[in-house]
Amino acid sequence: MHMPDGYINLATSAGAAVVAAGGVATSLRNSGKELAERQVPLAGLTAAYVFAVQMLNFPVAAGTSGHLLGGALAAILLGPTLGALVVTVVVVMQALLFADGGVSALGLNVLNMALVTPVVGWLVFRWLMKVLPARTSSAVVSSMVAAAVSVVASATAFVIEYSLGGQGGVAVGTVLQAMVGVHALIGLGEGLITALTVGTVLAVRPDLVKGAADLPLVTDRTAPSRATTVTFVVGGLVAALVLVFVLAPIASSAPDGLEKVALDTGFSEAATDHPVGGPLADYGVSGVDSERAGTVLAGTIGVAATFAIGLAIATLLRRRRAT
Amino acid sequence: MSGSHAHALHYHGHSPVHHLPAETKLVGLLVFVLSVVSTPPTAIWAFCGYALILMIALGLSEVPARFFITRMAIDLPFVLFALLIPFVGVEPKIAIGPFAISEPGLLSAWNILVKATLGAGASVMLAATTEVPDLLRGLQRLKVPVVLVAIASFMIRYLDVVAGEFRRTRVAMAARGHNPRTVFDAKPLAVASGALFIRSYERGERVHQAMLARGYDGTWPSSGNERIAAKTWIVGLTPALFAVIVAIAARLL
Repeated sequence: MHMPDGYINLATSAGAAVVAAGGVATSLRNSGKELAERQVPLAGLTAAYVFAVQMLNFPVAAGTSGHLLGGALAAILLGPTLGALVVTVVVVMQALLFADGGVSALGLNVLNMALVTPVVGWLVFRWLMKVLPARTSSAVVSSMVAAAVSVVASATAFVIEYSLGGQGGVAVGTVLQAMVGVHALIGLGEGLITALTVGTVLAVRPDLVKGAADLPLVTDRTAPSRATTVTFVVGGLVAALVLVFVLAPIASSAPDGLEKVALDTGFSEAATDHPVGGPLADYGVSGVDSERAGTVLAGTIGVAATFAIGLAIATLLRRRRAT
Repeated sequence: MSGSHAHALHYHGHSPVHHLPAETKLVGLLVFVLSVVSTPPTAIWAFCGYALILMIALGLSEVPARFFITRMAIDLPFVLFALLIPFVGVEPKIAIGPFAISEPGLLSAWNILVKATLGAGASVMLAATTEVPDLLRGLQRLKVPVVLVAIASFMIRYLDVVAGEFRRTRVAMAARGHNPRTVFDAKPLAVASGALFIRSYERGERVHQAMLARGYDGTWPSSGNERIAAKTWIVGLTPALFAVIVAIAARLL
């Protein structure tokens, strides 16, 4: 995720640097006096924590692993302004001390990893907290969704930057599919770890979770009314599926990259030379025909998987509370 | 604890490059990298020029080439990614052996590869020859907000402490049979990460109290407003100047 020099042209990098500087300046102004007087060591220690946690690799799927971005986590724990500042410091120091991420791409990297993730994570988290019943488990579920969405948002920001100032060579549609696809998986891992981390902090020192400051500290152990839970679950599922059906056509309106390449070169030539190209060609043709349906199907499976994981977390939490 | 002034990429030395003020090196790095990025990928001789500038600076810095090259390994994932681009790139294609290679993809891969490598090399140069306190002072003199520099200095100061704590936790978990294979095994790791946050935060609270006990009143002592001689700036920016000349030449020719 740390972009090196040369990925994006100079004009776009400079534009991103201006936007990033503006974002950081706004955060600095908003954090204001409180940060200067009290929270500097706290922010520094949290930055060290985010840095350490970014070393945490988790397996995503067969063979690949992702590492935590931590933007949404920092925002939920510290609030969006301080969270953004902390991750900004982490990203800048990674570039200057560890050569991780290019210096000319610093604006892009700060924008994608230190501003987009905390702001998107925070907005999604707060919105969900407003919708969900005021309970600890809601904060955990909200953290999961917020972190997952923040990672995909960060990947989307990269694709936008690529479409504006990429050095070409690969179609934007291909980049979009690859980035969003991979980061949807990484987002699941990020969401899971963020949710469990927030859950742990909530269980021990709930006062440290800024995003859940308005939760009643003494948790109400009376069972929630069945109706609200069911309404929420059904409502959430419907919302997710609507998103899939609305987003899928947009996502598949620009698939000309990989598929087109496969069609044009992969098997039209290879089919005569390589018998191996046969089944692939078949797959490609049937894939193009039912592409929209395929995307929607994939999205539906994704929603189902996310729902199952969310359910698993909720069950785990409930079981722990029961013991 | 040696972590407060040395870090993974630092190479202790007393060369002229080590002794340059950090802010000249920071500005020089930025100008150098911007020159590299602005160069059209077809101007291959220009990249040779940049590499030459970098190698001369490396020679002056007395950082061993072996140290330098191994530290650039951070570039490796992007090398691998860049090598993929010609295979998924757009038309037109050229056939090399059994593969259809995208011509714009090839150019794009070269572009990323050479610029990312030169950029990483320049960054490693800065990191290898600059100690953390100098770097932070340099950032402050370049008018980076005091609060950000202060957060960064605390982060660097406690990075080894926090990372070491996390490492010990993971060793302890592994010793008790934790061997994560899928995402569903992530729970103990995440709980450890939550505990680590609480520990870090509480350590921050203690540090703050200790600072109050020593008279911290919320204002940050601004150090190092001393001016650097114009001559030092000129010496420090010489490599960057050459890079700018190469970049302009590459544009014009």
